[in-house]
Amino acid sequence: MATLLAPSPTTSATTVACAHCGLQTQPADDGCNTTDVFCCSACATAFAMIHEHGLGAYHRFAERRGAAVRPTGRAFADFDHEAFQSRYVTHDAVGLAHVALALEGVHCASCVWLIERVPLLVTGVARAELDVRLSRASVTWDPRATPLSEIAHTLDALGYTPHPYRGGERAALRQREDRAMLVRIGVAGAIATNVMLVALALYAGELNTMDAGSLALFRWISLGLTIPALLWPGRVFFTSAWAALRAGMMHMDVPIALALAAGATRGAINTISGSGPIYFDGVCALIFLLLVGRFLQARGQRAATDATEQLFALTPATARLRQADDTYLDVPADAVPIGSVISVHAGETIPVDGEVLSGHSTLNRAILTGESADVHVAVGDTVYAGTLNRTAALQVTVRASGDDRRIARILAQVDESARRRAPVVLLADRLASRVVAVVLVLAVITFTIWFRRDSTAAWDHVIALLIVTCPCALALATPLAMSAAVGRAARAGIYVKGGDTLESLSRPGWLVLDKTGTLTMGQTTLVSWDGDATLQSMILALESTSTHPIAAGFRRAWPDVRADSADIATHTIGGGITGVVRGQRMTIGSPRFIAARLPDAAWPAWPDTEGYTPVIIAVDGAVVARATFGDAIRPDAAASLATLRARGWRTMLLSGDAASVSNRVGAALGFAPDCIVSDAGPEEKAARVHALVTAAGGGPTPPCVAMVGDGVNDAAAIAAATVGIGVHGGAEASLATADVAMTRDGLAALVALDDGARRSMRVIRRNIIYAFSYNTIGVVLAMSGHITPLVAAIMMPVSSLTVVLGSWLGTTFTPESA
Amino acid sequence: MSVLFVVVPLALVIVGVALGGYLWAVRSGQMDDLETPGVRVIRDDE
Repeated sequence: MATLLAPSPTTSATTVACAHCGLQTQPADDGCNTTDVFCCSACATAFAMIHEHGLGAYHRFAERRGAAVRPTGRAFADFDHEAFQSRYVTHDAVGLAHVALALEGVHCASCVWLIERVPLLVTGVARAELDVRLSRASVTWDPRATPLSEIAHTLDALGYTPHPYRGGERAALRQREDRAMLVRIGVAGAIATNVMLVALALYAGELNTMDAGSLALFRWISLGLTIPALLWPGRVFFTSAWAALRAGMMHMDVPIALALAAGATRGAINTISGSGPIYFDGVCALIFLLLVGRFLQARGQRAATDATEQLFALTPATARLRQADDTYLDVPADAVPIGSVISVHAGETIPVDGEVLSGHSTLNRAILTGESADVHVAVGDTVYAGTLNRTAALQVTVRASGDDRRIARILAQVDESARRRAPVVLLADRLASRVVAVVLVLAVITFTIWFRRDSTAAWDHVIALLIVTCPCALALATPLAMSAAVGRAARAGIYVKGGDTLESLSRPGWLVLDKTGTLTMGQTTLVSWDGDATLQSMILALESTSTHPIAAGFRRAWPDVRADSADIATHTIGGGITGVVRGQRMTIGSPRFIAARLPDAAWPAWPDTEGYTPVIIAVDGAVVARATFGDAIRPDAAASLATLRARGWRTMLLSGDAASVSNRVGAALGFAPDCIVSDAGPEEKAARVHALVTAAGGGPTPPCVAMVGDGVNDAAAIAAATVGIGVHGGAEASLATADVAMTRDGLAALVALDDGARRSMRVIRRNIIYAFSYNTIGVVLAMSGHITPLVAAIMMPVSSLTVVLGSWLGTTFTPESA
Repeated sequence: MSVLFVVVPLALVIVGVALGGYLWAVRSGQMDDLETPGVRVIRDDE
């Protein structure tokens, strides 16, 4: 009797929402009928803590986590260490301490509400403020009343794992740049609006009759306002144009600077002579609108450059060093001498690379290798910093610390990859240099033609041409459409850092996918069950005494089955469990474990399941059942990949797992055999992706190489790709490096991203066409000498307005329908 | 039209005051985080 279970998440019709996180979960069938149901104990703890302090309002918000709380359970003792405190904590005059913490899992308004109420949860905390965009909490507390580790522990229990915020210096620099830009925009805006008001009075006066005195007054006021606009906010265009000219390059700022200078000079001459158009309104509006476009663009692109600085503290700041008298002392992890011995307790992250001196335990190495399964280590085995010690204390001989550790080298590679990546040349920028050349040629032609007839008219027409063809709408077209699309994408659960990412994604090339956690669910799932259903409650009896991933897999597979109670249960690390249930002797474990215990038992003939982990069940000396476990493929993976392939993406599977597993998954999802790479460590993954990017070629429009991954082991590859994509539930480090982070489950989000990128590019092209049509009409009118200041003044804002409307109304990303 | 000689400079003074206020706001950090305050206000205590 073989029942092959469909590889889908176990959801039955009777699910209810977890009272804390809102995830669908099975109601506990424990007889007592409570109103609050939780998906896990961590959610229950967070719920209790929130309610105990009268913050129950949190659970009435419509918008909630939508993800189970996953506290690390760390003690955060290193947060209280002197080395940590002197580096990240500042003290003020009244004795309060201040620290900036980067938090994981912040994503919505409810998070802000809850985190800023931490002072109510922990006594001694004076203030907690959150910056949503940076996921940065600024905490002020009284160090005499409570240690920082206590605050960190509370945040962790709520599901916001804290790390020291490391981007301090760069954040301060960016803040200065931001403020300077906002000041320029404010000044330019105030001047532009007022010059326009004055211009309106002048145009009205031209139609009626204005007395010469008022006319002169208004013209002089315009001049007086324009001079500071040119010298203060407008200066950036002159410096940038000058830099471009000295480097011998054509830049959008060259005709802009030329138009500003020509318009202002001619306007000033006409103001002094008292006749002719003054152009000041056009000059000021140009400065303002271009600055706004640039601000939007800079905000989007800056988020992308933030990437690596937010890489979280993946290793503890302190290590427990063995002294000569066999006592232990906490020391900064970077200062541990090679060859010394440190102790790592169960549940702690290993701070150094080294060799196990004594003890045996299981490690979770997912951070380095992406392997979901725990690994057994014993004396003499090599352990790496960043891996989590799960079950027992270990003594480790230090082999490498600080920057020599493997994890430090991987992070250095992430940085290196991010720096080496060629910048994306945006469509608008590619067009701009051509527009610049054309405009300059047209200006020369206009001048030569008109100069022979009338030298004054020639100057006026050239200035009119330069102003009316200024790529104002063109400069706004891309940033506006991009920021609108990025905003819509965020509402659809796809966080895109920088609009250039969308432009890259609209050119399909290679789509490289990590296996564990990306194509698969990333957790141990029951794949097939050969045996009697009555055994299930007995198996659960033994498995409920274990924290092993297989045990958790059993519990997830049969949520409706009530566990018997086990009388005795003995665990063998790396083997299985033996115990007594319902008076029968039961053994559950690996085939080797069972064979060693029951050498004479006859084994039923079961179908072959290569690439999966078999678990054998024996009752009273007879082998009776088999369960196989594996990492189940996401239910939407096959369909999503087929759609993406049909749209021109070539797909590659890049896995850290053994060939037997990745070949099985790859074949099931239609990967070509030569596009399945197994046993790839973080370094090889990055190298493979880099090779694809190099092969894609340079030039202004190379095909996109997108890397989709979820772990720290993918971070370097994600950084090396043209576009790095971090999937839902991935490590924060890989999300921080990625250009796109998904909060939607599954691969359908990739299809949505591809859709959105294509539609965004359509909106951008449409915008550019609008902008060009206006410019073309303007050129014709200006060259033929038909443009009056009034027409120019109306055409400019109308053209920009069209672009603005086109950007906001264009459909790019649609919100999640589910 | 001599009233213009009073009203227009007055208007410019008002603009100057408003601009001064804006510059003060930017420099004192009120524009640094444009997202969080927006969501903070709608989630106030009941």
